[in-house]
Amino acid sequence: MRPHPQCVAWLRAVAQTRVGPFARSLSLAWGLSLAALGAGTSPLAAYTVYITNEKDNTVSIIDSGKLEVVKTIKVGQRPRGITLSKDQKWLFICTSDDNTVQVWDTETLSFVKTLPSGPDPELFVLHPSGNPLYIANEDDNLVTVVDVAANNVVAEISVGVEPEGLGISPDGGLLVATSETTNMAHFIDTASHTIIDNVLVDSRPRVAEFTPDGSQVWVSAEIGGKVSVIDPKSRKILAKIAFEIPGVNPDAIQPVGVRISRNGKLAFVALGLANRVAVIDTATFKVEKYLLVGQRVWQLAFTPDDKLLFTTNGASNDVSVIDVEKLRVLRSIRVGRYPWGVVVAGH
Amino acid sequence: MPMDQQPRTPRGSKATGNVSIGGARTLGRRRSAHGLLGLCLIIATQLAFPAMAASQQAAGAPAVGQRLAIVLARERRDLPPPLSLLDMPAADDATAGAQLAINDNNTTGRFLKQEFSLEVIQAAAGDLVAELEARAHQGVAFFVVDASAPTLLALADRLKDRNVLLLNAGSNADELRAEGCRRNIVHTAPSRSMLADALAQYLVWKRWRRWFLVLGADADDRAFADAIRRGAKRFGAKIVQERTFSLDPGNRRADGGHEQIQEQIPAFTQNVPDYDVLVVADEAGQFGDYLPYRTWDARPVAGSQGLVPSSWHPALEQWGATQFQNRFVRLANRPMRPLDYNVWVAVRSIGEAATRAKSAAASDVIAYLRSDEFELAAFKGRKLSYRPWNGQLRQPILLGTPKLPVTVSPQPGFLHPTSELDTLGSDKPESPCKAYASP
Repeated sequence: MRPHPQCVAWLRAVAQTRVGPFARSLSLAWGLSLAALGAGTSPLAAYTVYITNEKDNTVSIIDSGKLEVVKTIKVGQRPRGITLSKDQKWLFICTSDDNTVQVWDTETLSFVKTLPSGPDPELFVLHPSGNPLYIANEDDNLVTVVDVAANNVVAEISVGVEPEGLGISPDGGLLVATSETTNMAHFIDTASHTIIDNVLVDSRPRVAEFTPDGSQVWVSAEIGGKVSVIDPKSRKILAKIAFEIPGVNPDAIQPVGVRISRNGKLAFVALGLANRVAVIDTATFKVEKYLLVGQRVWQLAFTPDDKLLFTTNGASNDVSVIDVEKLRVLRSIRVGRYPWGVVVAGH
Repeated sequence: MPMDQQPRTPRGSKATGNVSIGGARTLGRRRSAHGLLGLCLIIATQLAFPAMAASQQAAGAPAVGQRLAIVLARERRDLPPPLSLLDMPAADDATAGAQLAINDNNTTGRFLKQEFSLEVIQAAAGDLVAELEARAHQGVAFFVVDASAPTLLALADRLKDRNVLLLNAGSNADELRAEGCRRNIVHTAPSRSMLADALAQYLVWKRWRRWFLVLGADADDRAFADAIRRGAKRFGAKIVQERTFSLDPGNRRADGGHEQIQEQIPAFTQNVPDYDVLVVADEAGQFGDYLPYRTWDARPVAGSQGLVPSSWHPALEQWGATQFQNRFVRLANRPMRPLDYNVWVAVRSIGEAATRAKSAAASDVIAYLRSDEFELAAFKGRKLSYRPWNGQLRQPILLGTPKLPVTVSPQPGFLHPTSELDTLGSDKPESPCKAYASP
């Protein structure tokens, strides 16, 4: 019997999917041996990395010197967004299914209090001065502004449908909120809590991130598959960055997390189901490299010295560690189920 | 579970029922469920209380630059009741999906000075065509339609010289996408062949390649059986036996009904050559739900019942669908059904095209919706767009049991040179649709 063409195609694809993880484990093994070599020459600084595990209701704590999980703490339900207070004494966690933001003490790892957050908090951003906290309420088309010291809601700002990503300018004057179904980046004046402009971007915008000098804001669009670079002054789109990876279905390239190095030279974009992090030269907007990480890579965070970048890989339950200078994946660290958010403390 | 192409309007009044929901976001997000309950009442009693609809329209409409009117048209049809009480259609089937999409469009439109309004028209075939023609005459250009294929075609032909777009959210008839296609129709409802291909891919992936096909006696059932045969051939499955179900099944409501069914179904499914899965084509849901757990051989059931392909599942939670489902439940106080989703996609497509085209002029919006640039995020993990060869929305198809989604097609490994979504349904090289070939 002559095999049906679709069957041939299917078999071929099965062969390819078998190759995928194999190649990945090879590259990981290669990375590990390099890490071992590297560790001998220049020891990694010991920072504390916090990872929210959405499915386990826990936070995994990683020592960036040892590159291993040193502790896991039980927190509220469905932890997603995570950030630190300015003095780094407090850890803020969006516990989405509890409809609150939990505050934890970073020293004692004990629960401090909850903040009023509005329903279903997913992501947030802290004002550079340390207060207030801006929270996206995905279910309610709102951004809630919370005074973290006084524990009260300062303002509610109506935005588009399903607000998600929040970015704040380095001077704290401008907040950018993305709305996933409205497909906009809303530019909000933080003094008056009013929207000053709306920029239409590609489908399902996820994350907004300012460059360290505040001259650009980068907005990722998960379904549109692109990153828009916007001038916050004119609100014009300066560039749209597209991604192309040989052998990867274009529909699987879904940009989510965006981080820009402190010197402003390199941008890293997590590409979701494509299992890669794109490295972009911010001067040319060209993709320099794709780094193969774990599955469904979601959010990213640098260590304070910008030497390492941690990625949460939601579908493979691990964190990939990227050597920022060599642009190589050093290691994968197993954490809880559905790792979602990541933040790194300077201690 | 009925398939999404089988919307049932509640039986009863044949009178035309219209309702305007202008500036729908004036229904506050917490009050919207009440607003929708109100809507049902308005449909029933709108002649008695015309002021209600008018005041809703006037309540919160800000001065805006661009206005775009959308009509949701539903044909009242006499359909038999479903087997299961769980499948009784909600009074606001389809309209709740439209309402949610109008709210979404207006939340977005607020930032762009665009406002969308919705009018729901429910009538029997003849009245419906006349009503919609009158609306088109008044300048309405967008009609989301849940009607039978003949009614939709009559409508398309009546409006063919006007600059209007019909969005078919209710009919899965393949002929509407094939020889019988019309240039002024796009389809958010998946075709029968898309549904059958989605099922075929999964069954083949599962290596359940030997099928026992059981079909009902209706024309719709024969049409779905045609799509299933096509899918089997396309993806390498084999139909080892076909039987038409023509028994008068025992009355499930009557005492003693289940004993009778328990005797009938094993007898009907006896002496079939060895097979892996029973595939059923019973679109009106008249016997298919009697098959699982009653077949002579212990075999799974898939098709119009059992494992069902459809455009939406009320329990889908991937790809941000949780928030979407929450918004719908808050609005309608019930889970979202496939027809609601098809209508939501249609109304959102109009909104998205208007947003991107930065215009509410019909010609701009229609041109953008048909263009290569159009893409819609619709909680299925990838962008949706309309096929340029027949106006069919390309979309992943969910396969689910009544409680949970089981998988999503296209399945891994079914490759396509341009979009894997085009492995489902009629692909470009084989499309017999001529109206789209020469725009």
